[in-house]
Amino acid sequence: MAVDQISPSGFLQVLAGSPRRQRREALIRRFFWTASATSILISLAIVLSLVGEAWTFITNIDLSSLWEIGWFPRRGLFDIRTIIVGTLLVAVIAMLVAAPLGLGAAMYLSEYARPHVRKVLKPVLEVLAGIPSVVLGFFALSFITPDLLKPIFGNNIAGFNMLAAGIGVGILTVPLVASVTEDSLRAVPSSLREASYGLGASRMRTSIRVVFPAAISGVVASLIIAFSRAVGETMVVAIAAGSTGGSLFSMNVLEPGQTMTAAMAALAIGSDRVRGDDFAFQSLFFVGLVLFLMTLSLNVASERFVRRVRQKY
Amino acid sequence: MTTDTAEGLEVDLRRSSGGRPMVEIASRQVEGLSAPDNPILIEVRGLRVFYGSFEAVTGVNLAIRQNEITALIGPSGCGKSTVLRCFNRMNDLIESARVEGTVEYHGVDLYGPSVDPVEVRRRIGMVFQKPNPFPKPIYDNIAFGPKVAGFKGNMDDLVEESLRRAALWDEVKGKLTESAYALSGGQQQRLCIARAIATSPDVVLMDEPCSALDPIATLKIEELMLDLKKDYTIIIVTHNMQQAARMSDRTAFFSVDVSEQGRTGYLVEFGRTPDIFTRPQKAETEGYITGRFG
Amino acid sequence: MAISNTASVEGVIRRSLTGKRRDVRGRVFEAGLIIALLLSMMFLGVLLTEVFTGSLPVWRERTLLNFLTSQLSANPEVAGIRQALAGSAILMVFTAVIAFPLGVSAAIYLEEYARDNRFSRIVNANIRNLAGVPSIVYGLLGLALFVKLLKFLTGPEVEGRSVISGGLTLGLLVLPIVIITTSEAIRAVPGSIREGALGVGATKWQTIRHHVLPVAAPGILTGTILSLGRAFGEAAPLLLVGGITTFFQSGDATLLEQLRGRFSALPVLVFSWARLPQDGFRALTAALIVIMLLLLLLINAAAIVLRNRFEKEL
Repeated sequence: MAVDQISPSGFLQVLAGSPRRQRREALIRRFFWTASATSILISLAIVLSLVGEAWTFITNIDLSSLWEIGWFPRRGLFDIRTIIVGTLLVAVIAMLVAAPLGLGAAMYLSEYARPHVRKVLKPVLEVLAGIPSVVLGFFALSFITPDLLKPIFGNNIAGFNMLAAGIGVGILTVPLVASVTEDSLRAVPSSLREASYGLGASRMRTSIRVVFPAAISGVVASLIIAFSRAVGETMVVAIAAGSTGGSLFSMNVLEPGQTMTAAMAALAIGSDRVRGDDFAFQSLFFVGLVLFLMTLSLNVASERFVRRVRQKY
Repeated sequence: MTTDTAEGLEVDLRRSSGGRPMVEIASRQVEGLSAPDNPILIEVRGLRVFYGSFEAVTGVNLAIRQNEITALIGPSGCGKSTVLRCFNRMNDLIESARVEGTVEYHGVDLYGPSVDPVEVRRRIGMVFQKPNPFPKPIYDNIAFGPKVAGFKGNMDDLVEESLRRAALWDEVKGKLTESAYALSGGQQQRLCIARAIATSPDVVLMDEPCSALDPIATLKIEELMLDLKKDYTIIIVTHNMQQAARMSDRTAFFSVDVSEQGRTGYLVEFGRTPDIFTRPQKAETEGYITGRFG
Repeated sequence: MAISNTASVEGVIRRSLTGKRRDVRGRVFEAGLIIALLLSMMFLGVLLTEVFTGSLPVWRERTLLNFLTSQLSANPEVAGIRQALAGSAILMVFTAVIAFPLGVSAAIYLEEYARDNRFSRIVNANIRNLAGVPSIVYGLLGLALFVKLLKFLTGPEVEGRSVISGGLTLGLLVLPIVIITTSEAIRAVPGSIREGALGVGATKWQTIRHHVLPVAAPGILTGTILSLGRAFGEAAPLLLVGGITTFFQSGDATLLEQLRGRFSALPVLVFSWARLPQDGFRALTAALIVIMLLLLLLINAAAIVLRNRFEKEL
């Protein structure tokens, strides 16, 4: 372990290292960089493909057909209001189911449940999160409608209807609301809770008046994310709400209907000749673009709220 | 490589607010002893470390001599670890860190443009404050450094020799394939020392190596360091003054200037350990050593 | 003014500390929360029960093997899920091939090499957005991109709608998830290990390859397998890139022919069968779902087992 007996210039060469090794390291770094840049390429590809065909659609159709009586793409009727309203109806119904259940479950798990109870119950919720949406669609069609809704609404409700689909989407979204909300509730420092209990407040009061407001950004974020998810959900509606040919404008959730997503699915499977000269194919991308922009804005909005949570703590 | 020690050391000290002239420690300290000095291995001139635009350490001038133990002491936050990490370019890992000044090793500035930090670290090894063996078998812990450096000789011999040198061989010779995590804290730290010397470095940097260990393990490592001094040059950061006084040949005392932007560390005094501890030149040094602050 | 009787003050205090305060509102609130939790789980329970009992006729009248190996048919008494099983399996392979190398590599760059600059922040935000894009939009991407590109590879009648397109599309769908989970696994590796490796003179890649990746491997694998589970249940994108919903009889085709033609997959089959009016198909769909859920369970269990295995070896 003796000291090298070389001159400074000779030693400089030693310390300069091996150019081959340095080239190899640079190459490896470039390789990984390329992989990460691919993600940007994908986004660009999505946007370009959507915009491209959507532009063809908009510039070629008679714009009045966007305000027709219903969404019947193969007949040249592109009333986009119909399917947007359909999407919103289903999403709102879903939130009416998911919000109370999800928030309630989250609050219980975070503020009331004992640790070993939580350990058992939380995985159950996560199992629910893993159920594929087609399964929920089948469940909505073959159980919710006949066994749950028909007894309530009798003959007013059709076999395929948007209410069942909305409930199905809601069930699908409960775990999402629950887990994001629970994370934000648990992120609230226990010192806040302790201060409240120390002043003699009950658990209910602490949870509602202290913890929940402190976690409100996270809660709002979870609801926005869940709404975005409900908007983007396809299969539950495609199975349980019917309407493969198209739909009339309607606000009656007891009837069949289409959301943007289900309309897209219907277009795709309708016939093999999707690319006819009726612009049905392009309408597919047009709807896709609208859907993409909607969910993108919702997701960006929810991120703002998540950031606010992080800043606080 | 030797430099003319009669030139002496000039150590730049803190800027004083009163505008008083700089005070230097003259080489007359050195002349007082009869034995010739070891050659200078690393020469630090005008070292300053910035995090972003904030100056964390300023104006450091040091000379590290071969086969000596040089101790960096001072109150917490004075930048001694930061200075230590300048010796093996570990500050490169921090994105906002920037170094000015020169650190000359065998006459080559480690922060020169064509220097590869990888090569620096193969010659200047490091032992960290909290033992950090790899989650691998003991054998692989030692073998990793030489392997990536392209060692082509007998690895078994090298591993055994490194472990012997670190006074760990007898305790682990039967379980080289077991995980390093199964060892005690003191053993893990000796393993890290063995790992550091396996690449045959000139210099071993130690960042408070004993602060996470119990007194008995600490004692073992201090004995080890005195033994290692024969073949290596050691720079150690320690907050334990007695340890520095016991072990080191030379001591650098750092202090810290607290302003609203943050804490800026600076070198107060540098010299032979007996001198620093028995007749310090600066009042600040004396204050720290006698326990009045820090 | 004299203090009132100490005994009565004492009494008030003792009563308020030890008395059984009927906190009705609190109890009702807590009950409400429990109901919310139980309802959620009840839905799960009812779903599983319904599906399971609904499938019983199939198991009674036909054996499991028969169900698994029969081909698709318009006749509910002989229809089976063979092509769908094969389709799903092939799709999983393609998805893994696309998403795993690309995703892990991207995550390695973002966590190990990238500096905190504009580019890396944009990439990270972009990946998070991609994770939130509805799956059907990925189907559109697949339709516009892969179907067009692969037209030459597949037969003319099919126009590029093959299982390859399906696999590529699903691969892109789960890519963001793989990147995110891999990033988390890499971030969890303690910095002290990296310091130790760099400290003995390892290069960046040597540190990553010999120290970071081995420690992060269990997390990476788990994340990848779980994302495959997600792809396993997706139907919407497949509908757009060629998953069939009508019947065909090409069950005996060679592997190459199968790769080039229209394909089926388990979730797509659920979609087809669920909407058919014949009674027989209800039981069939339920049986199909049972198989699907079991396979999903297997995939998730595999992820957990693998992770435990690796963590033990450390």
